[in-house]
Amino acid sequence: MTAKKTYIQSFCTIQNNQILMNGEVVFSTEPTAFSDFSKKTYQHLEMNYPKFFKMDNLSKLAFLGAEFLLKSESNFSKENNTALVFANKSSSLDTDVKYQNSISDAENYYPSPAVFVYTLPNICLGEISIKHQLKSENSFFIFADYNPEFMEKYSNILLETLKADKVLCGWVEYYNENYKAFLYLVDKEGEIEHNQEILKKLYKQ
Amino acid sequence: MIKEVYITETNCITPIGFDVASNIKNIGEEVSGIQLHDKPMLFSVPFYASIINDVDLDLAFAKVTSATNYSRLEKMMILALEPIIKKSKVILNERTAFILSTTKGNVTALENHNIEPAYLDQLAKIIANFFEFKTEPIVISNACVSGILAVSVAKRLIQAEMYDNIFIVAGDEVSKFVLSGFNSFQAMSDLPCKPYSINRTGVTLGEAAAAVLVSSNKENAKIKVRGDGSINDANHISGPSRTGEGLYRSIQSALAEARIKSNQIDYISAHGTATPFNDEMEAIALNRLGLENVPMNSLKGFYGHTLGASGLLETVIGIQSALENKLFVSLGFDTIGVSQPINVIEKNENRNIHYFLKTASGFGGCNTAVVFEKVN
Repeated sequence: MTAKKTYIQSFCTIQNNQILMNGEVVFSTEPTAFSDFSKKTYQHLEMNYPKFFKMDNLSKLAFLGAEFLLKSESNFSKENNTALVFANKSSSLDTDVKYQNSISDAENYYPSPAVFVYTLPNICLGEISIKHQLKSENSFFIFADYNPEFMEKYSNILLETLKADKVLCGWVEYYNENYKAFLYLVDKEGEIEHNQEILKKLYKQ
Repeated sequence: MIKEVYITETNCITPIGFDVASNIKNIGEEVSGIQLHDKPMLFSVPFYASIINDVDLDLAFAKVTSATNYSRLEKMMILALEPIIKKSKVILNERTAFILSTTKGNVTALENHNIEPAYLDQLAKIIANFFEFKTEPIVISNACVSGILAVSVAKRLIQAEMYDNIFIVAGDEVSKFVLSGFNSFQAMSDLPCKPYSINRTGVTLGEAAAAVLVSSNKENAKIKVRGDGSINDANHISGPSRTGEGLYRSIQSALAEARIKSNQIDYISAHGTATPFNDEMEAIALNRLGLENVPMNSLKGFYGHTLGASGLLETVIGIQSALENKLFVSLGFDTIGVSQPINVIEKNENRNIHYFLKTASGFGGCNTAVVFEKVN
């Protein structure tokens, strides 16, 4: 396959109560729990999207990252073929543990469908797709560590084979209050070259 | 010139057989893996499910290795992969990838507050180490499309010349976790599931592992992977789109890539979970594509819903259908119970199958469709 050059149009990092867009801090709070940080971020974005409060932490993390990157992109009158390629290490384990706790004690057995549905990592892709009306290719992968090589190659395949016009990539890791999200939009034009060396560098920022 | 991609080896470990031949024999005789189970450790009241017998599993596993420190799911996955790795003689070097598909992996470890084994990358590492794969495992966890999505991903990676051969294993087991979850959704059937029937009331859960070799090498090819699509509904996280939008677009994308028309499809191995909404959605999507007259089945009546394994397991059986030119009955079906006409297979029959379509849909609004063509 003759690879045409692809570019990172913009990128967003969420960690340590801070949100960076293209390397610049755009929002931060004092050290606080993720539930509080995510709520304050939602308020900062001046959103009116009550579904946000039903999401689990992994979905909130991915959703907020996508919001920063796609808020200028969304155009509901036009079909937007932006694929989603996401990955992490802990899958939905944070919610899995919560759900397991709700069924492990016969005396205190209260399985909830509202929790159970989030015991799948790809639910966050559904949440982003719904918000931005992305009827597009989507897949969720699990790796032991951040894997820029795979992410680069797979998103280029989607662009090369015309399965997508753009690709929103994301490493969205959440387990037990430890979190990091690194999301970026890959396009056929732009200024930052899309390759694994640069992805490594931007991830570490 | 885009590379052609084939499936050259298949295998499956299910309650009705530990190889493809025994599964096909049982399907031909309408033997289902679904039984009534009274297992309070799994669910408080007796329930229907398709569960692999532990004694059979351990006996089969002991023939492969004397090691014992593997979980049930790991044993199922190793048993699914072992004969095809051996038979294929593919060298496990940096040109050979390993994809593992699952929804919940070793989630049962959480019952004992064991977090580490529940990590899916750990599960993949254990299986990869058993066979000594040289490349980092790729895990796909995309709800109930995981198994068939792996075929699509493997095809794309081979076409991009990242690898020459990719072994896929897909597996999930019946656990207290998933039983309680599906039950909390009131999505479980009181009787063995009845896909597309007017009398359907929900899913029956099942467990299985399936494995295939996806290869650029045509030698020993069973089937060619012609086109695929995996498109989200963008509608709801726990229910399908009423118009079947994502499935419709996934099939459309797969057909377009394969450059074939919907009237060339000879057989559809559909998802058919037997929930009211899923089956209705599929009927609508198929009608929108003019696929309503194509013979179709859901294999859930034989295996229950095996979650992340289902797409690959049903592909393995579908490939065998195509190779043997046999349409298998959609077990559990009686009177049509969807609003649009579809051609559910009511009895086993011989029929020339050249192209077949595999579809799946799942939570999160995901859908996958893959078009296969028999190799002449």
